[in-house]
Amino acid sequence: MKILIIEDEKDMRQNMQATLEKEDFVVEPVANYKEAMSKLGVYDYDCILLDIGLPDGNGLEILKTLKNKGYSDAVIIVSAKDSLDDKVHGLELGADDYLPKPFHMAELNARVKAVLRRRKLDGSNLLQIANVTIDIDSHQVKVNGEELELNRKEFDVMFYLCTNQNRLVSKSALAEHVWGDYIDQTDNFDFIYSQIKNLRKKLSDKNAELEIKAVYGIGYKLLVP
Amino acid sequence: MKLLNYTTTYFAFILVFLLALWALIFYFEILDEIYDSMDDGLDNQKMLIIRKARQDTSVLERSAFEDGNYIISPTTPEITQGFTDAYRDTLMYMENELEYEPVRLLESVFQQDGSYYKIKVVTSMVEEDDLRKELFFSLLWLYLGLILTIVLLNSFFQQKAWKPFYKLLRRLEKFSIDKDEKIKFEETKIEEFQLLNERIDRLLKKSVESYRSQKEFIENASHELQTPLAISINKLELMAENANLPPEQMEELGAVLQSLERLTRLNRSLLLLSRIENRQFAETENIDWNALVKQIIAEFEDFSAHQEVKIVLGEEDSILHSGNRDLAGILISNLLKNALFHTPSGTAVEVIISSGKIQFENPGQAPLDKRKIFSRFKGAEKEDATGLGLAISKAIAEKMDLELIYTYSAHKHIFTIAF
Repeated sequence: MKILIIEDEKDMRQNMQATLEKEDFVVEPVANYKEAMSKLGVYDYDCILLDIGLPDGNGLEILKTLKNKGYSDAVIIVSAKDSLDDKVHGLELGADDYLPKPFHMAELNARVKAVLRRRKLDGSNLLQIANVTIDIDSHQVKVNGEELELNRKEFDVMFYLCTNQNRLVSKSALAEHVWGDYIDQTDNFDFIYSQIKNLRKKLSDKNAELEIKAVYGIGYKLLVP
Repeated sequence: MKLLNYTTTYFAFILVFLLALWALIFYFEILDEIYDSMDDGLDNQKMLIIRKARQDTSVLERSAFEDGNYIISPTTPEITQGFTDAYRDTLMYMENELEYEPVRLLESVFQQDGSYYKIKVVTSMVEEDDLRKELFFSLLWLYLGLILTIVLLNSFFQQKAWKPFYKLLRRLEKFSIDKDEKIKFEETKIEEFQLLNERIDRLLKKSVESYRSQKEFIENASHELQTPLAISINKLELMAENANLPPEQMEELGAVLQSLERLTRLNRSLLLLSRIENRQFAETENIDWNALVKQIIAEFEDFSAHQEVKIVLGEEDSILHSGNRDLAGILISNLLKNALFHTPSGTAVEVIISSGKIQFENPGQAPLDKRKIFSRFKGAEKEDATGLGLAISKAIAEKMDLELIYTYSAHKHIFTIAF
């Protein structure tokens, strides 16, 4: 899977690159409009991470050009301008997703994977980790073929952690992703703990070979021991 | 006090004194004039009587006034010597009015055929108290007439003259700096008002400009902060992931991350405030507030369960009211979160939807300062709150033309959204 990162902030670009490379993606970073256009003229990408505010041009122009030329690359707009206009405009132009800065690396990872999964219609909707199978479309989890009953939030937590397997997922990233827009202004994410506790219990009851490890003070990590 | 009444009151006061003073002077002047002419008349009469006495000595016998207006009595040369004519006021019984009336009396002496005589001539005098009464009433009428004229003329001319001023006042009253509108100034010929308009125009432009630039500054600053914040958080996240740090350092890292995330939230809230104030949430739709409240309560279930606070929903009525859905959601969630946050565990937050209002109630020890509670960074007591939640709620309520009211009763904080 090839991913193009168009982002003018060097550190931001490096962070994104490091995160995605950990997931075994082939990542090519570019810093401006010109470079981006020349890369796009030559190569095909599975996913493009596009910053709108570039020093030498508007990222939306790149998107327009891509769509006019009939490219089907998945595009995720990454913007510091957390404005609805940009979001609506970008999605209208054919972007697949919109990720406002600042975001967590776990979220970036999840969004990229989700976009890629949606794009590959022939691809599998099943995520297999150890003896656990997650059916993404029907929200079903099976351990050794046996169904594991999870409520919506437990499923979301489980799926988010699995998407970020072996990665550190901070509590706030998890809260923002699972509990949504309204909860993310809360500073106290301790309530996540009870969800994790329930999930752990359900997993161990079914002998799932997964471990949700707490990283003290930061968040959780899903490991296959 | 209105400007108009102000000047009129002054006129009324000053006129009382001026007219009284004027009346006093006028009264004495008139009196003086009357005495003068009466005395002249008496003198003339005296001369006529003396002349008559020369022809008809019976006149010299008159010792009572009766039908005449003089008496003559013999006197001695000693008295005559050095006697000067004297005018004085006295009383005399008047048959027609059956009472004593003031008269003017002239006392004089004369010599006839070697004998000396004293003569007293009287004339009926003007009645001073009548004069005073007359004067008083005519002055009163004059005063009232003057005041009425002044009030009428004053109100007519002043209203005409001050019209631009009052128009300006009304416009200023309606003016609000955060609404993007200009004040239209009334054309006026009066120089002072032209100057006033000009100055106010300049002042307003300046304030609007600085208000705008301040807003822009906050918005730009928040925008600019996003990227470095994102970079710092992401770098730390990667570091926490990659480096095999001992637990203590991991914890430190967690604390730094938490602070940065808090900063991010603060920044996002500031941006949100700016965007609300910049009226960026234009789209409206009909909102089922009951459903929205239920949805948000459901989102907070895990949070409230962890805080050990119950959320009790009371639906007495259903509310359908149009507005921006995003803003409505933020408003409800902010108020709910605020109540949850400041409620001790083991108690309950009550959300009551009744006719035309939604109330959020939570137990509290003492009332909060109403003036400060909706200000930025003023409401927060707990250190992990941004202090912007209620400021945002207020901004949203204003933007959506709703009323957000805080009250405290029966040991409860009550936030009411009134539709």
